[in-house]
Amino acid sequence: MSITPRMAERREPPFGALRRTFAMLVKEFIQLKRDRVSFAMIVMIPVMQLLLFGYAINTTPRHLPTAVLLQEDSDLARSVLKALQNTAYFRFTHQVRTVEEFDNLLQSGTVLFGVEIPRGFERAVRRGEHPALLVAADATDPVASGSAMAALGRITETALMHDRVAGDVVPPPFEVRAHARYNPAGASQLNIVPGLTGTILTLTMLIFTALSVTRELERGTMEALLSMPIRPVEVMMGKIIPYVLIGFVQAALIIGLGTSLFGVPIYGSLMALALLSTLFITSMLAVGYTFSTLAQNQLQAMQMSMMFFLPNILLSGFMFPFAGMPGWAQWIGEALPLTHYLRIVRAIMLKGATLENLRYDSLMLLGLTLFAMTIAVTRFRRTLD
Amino acid sequence: MQSVATLETPATDIAIDVHGLSKSFGSRKVVSDLSMQVKRGAIYGFLGPNGSGKTTTIRMLCGLLTPDSGEGTCLGYNIRTEADKIRRHVGYMTQRFSLYQDLSVRENLEFVARLYGLTSPRRAARDMITRLGLNGREEQLAGELSGGWKQRLALGACTLPSPKLLLLDEPTAGVDPKARREFWNEIHALAADGLTVLVSTHYMDEAERCHEIAYIAYGQLLTHGTVQEVIAHSALITYTVNGAQLNGLQAELAGKPGIDMVAPFGNSLHVSGRDEQALEASIAHYRARSDLTWERSEPSLEDVFIELMNRAQDNFR
Repeated sequence: MSITPRMAERREPPFGALRRTFAMLVKEFIQLKRDRVSFAMIVMIPVMQLLLFGYAINTTPRHLPTAVLLQEDSDLARSVLKALQNTAYFRFTHQVRTVEEFDNLLQSGTVLFGVEIPRGFERAVRRGEHPALLVAADATDPVASGSAMAALGRITETALMHDRVAGDVVPPPFEVRAHARYNPAGASQLNIVPGLTGTILTLTMLIFTALSVTRELERGTMEALLSMPIRPVEVMMGKIIPYVLIGFVQAALIIGLGTSLFGVPIYGSLMALALLSTLFITSMLAVGYTFSTLAQNQLQAMQMSMMFFLPNILLSGFMFPFAGMPGWAQWIGEALPLTHYLRIVRAIMLKGATLENLRYDSLMLLGLTLFAMTIAVTRFRRTLD
Repeated sequence: MQSVATLETPATDIAIDVHGLSKSFGSRKVVSDLSMQVKRGAIYGFLGPNGSGKTTTIRMLCGLLTPDSGEGTCLGYNIRTEADKIRRHVGYMTQRFSLYQDLSVRENLEFVARLYGLTSPRRAARDMITRLGLNGREEQLAGELSGGWKQRLALGACTLPSPKLLLLDEPTAGVDPKARREFWNEIHALAADGLTVLVSTHYMDEAERCHEIAYIAYGQLLTHGTVQEVIAHSALITYTVNGAQLNGLQAELAGKPGIDMVAPFGNSLHVSGRDEQALEASIAHYRARSDLTWERSEPSLEDVFIELMNRAQDNFR
């Protein structure tokens, strides 16, 4: 009885709900203002997405790197090459002399196309023998090679426009034989499954370790750890090695399911795949560990990981053809471990590439791993200064 | 036969010997020109208000922070250049519980034992569990222990590698009186075995359990010595007043010439000042009142510290 009247006396001021909501809102803004990483994320993510999608990504890529195996130097051969170049889909980057070199370039992923003009091509055309001109495509990524392949059909016509060596003959005097290597059916799963191995490993490995040091800082265990006789490298190795094993299990799971459910082949050596996967996992762990030493709390570490993950997805060649990106975007891509790992895992699984074929990407991956690990170790403070 | 201890460290009976330590964070000077000496086997109490630089000093002693200036040794090792060796022989118990909450009691102890390279981590952990009286709880997660048990476990983890010096940063904050007493009994037992203990605290009763104490405020060491020495050094004259309506009296006395401090203690009032004549003059009128009994007494440690702090604050401003 004594309570109710008093409650009635303390009447609710007007707009109570509004004022309380406003108090909450002001507090949230103040906290947001203090949280620099969240703020950066709010600005960076839309800007990054917009710039990358707008300028870097191209789903009908042009100027694709192409190797030429020129076995005769004739006017007709030059006209054909010119016509190919004029489609704007092909950019001749390598001229090779042997079939081995030609195959190696395709297998390592250095070029997406190879054009072979056989010896005695012009003479055969003149004689009406109807010879064939080979265009081999790396079809592992059907998106990258698709439109260029489609353009091949009109090549004969354009090649002969200025060079009417054989007059207007129907059917055309030579044939362009397009050969989609590695993935003749153009099945996108074949390209996606190896790619997913890389992106899933990136995400999980990054997040696991990004939290590892910040968690110790947040829970106050870092201070005790620092006061005990253990070195930064020892802390890092101790934290990274368990996840190398976890990453390995994860990779095995994805690849195992990919082969059993989607029939993705593994033409190359499993040993090479395992070795380079371990290297890639380590590089992601080192990057995550670096974030962990930079972030002040676990939320920041997560946000940094997401901001790193985004360009990895867009610029590595996972979703969109690498060769179709402008130069600057390719440079950024080259600095991402995922780019190299994607090439490696696709080349080993789908093209049967060997370590020898993949020397460049393997070395790049190794270099980036060592770089990330060095930063991680030097970033780790021995003291609380 | 020479003992291991004398082979490893210089034969001296000083465990901590530092001079002129200073440390700033940004523009804030946290410790300034601090010098201290702690004898081997002593329990040295480190007192001072919050934010006075106790934790920073302890961190500098064990190599977790690098002093901006100043030199010194800890167990005979240079605190600047030999932090690695100090780490091996010092047990540091942080203010915040710093064992892994998601590891069990046994797993935490085994982790520490392995880090220090003890020959048999399992046995060391088992022995420590018995010593701590944690038998039956070894598989419990450290995070699930009560406050008192957490502190005991943390102390156990610090003493596991048989350190020569223990640095305890407010080890009994938020622990009940019984657990606190047991904790201190343990510390005395360790000191009796020759371990040096530096312990920071806010509790006056704990200060009185130390062999020696030091008082630090605003990053400066204001006084040190045994409890008796510190009280004697203060030159503080204290009267204890008993009677009714002490609340009004406190307000009246405060601020009078010669009266530096008036503090209620239960049903009595402590009236203290350094200037005996001025103090006597100010209270003369009140001493005549029949409802009050005045008695000259020794200042308590708390009186001394609060007076020191007030004075330091004046100097600081």
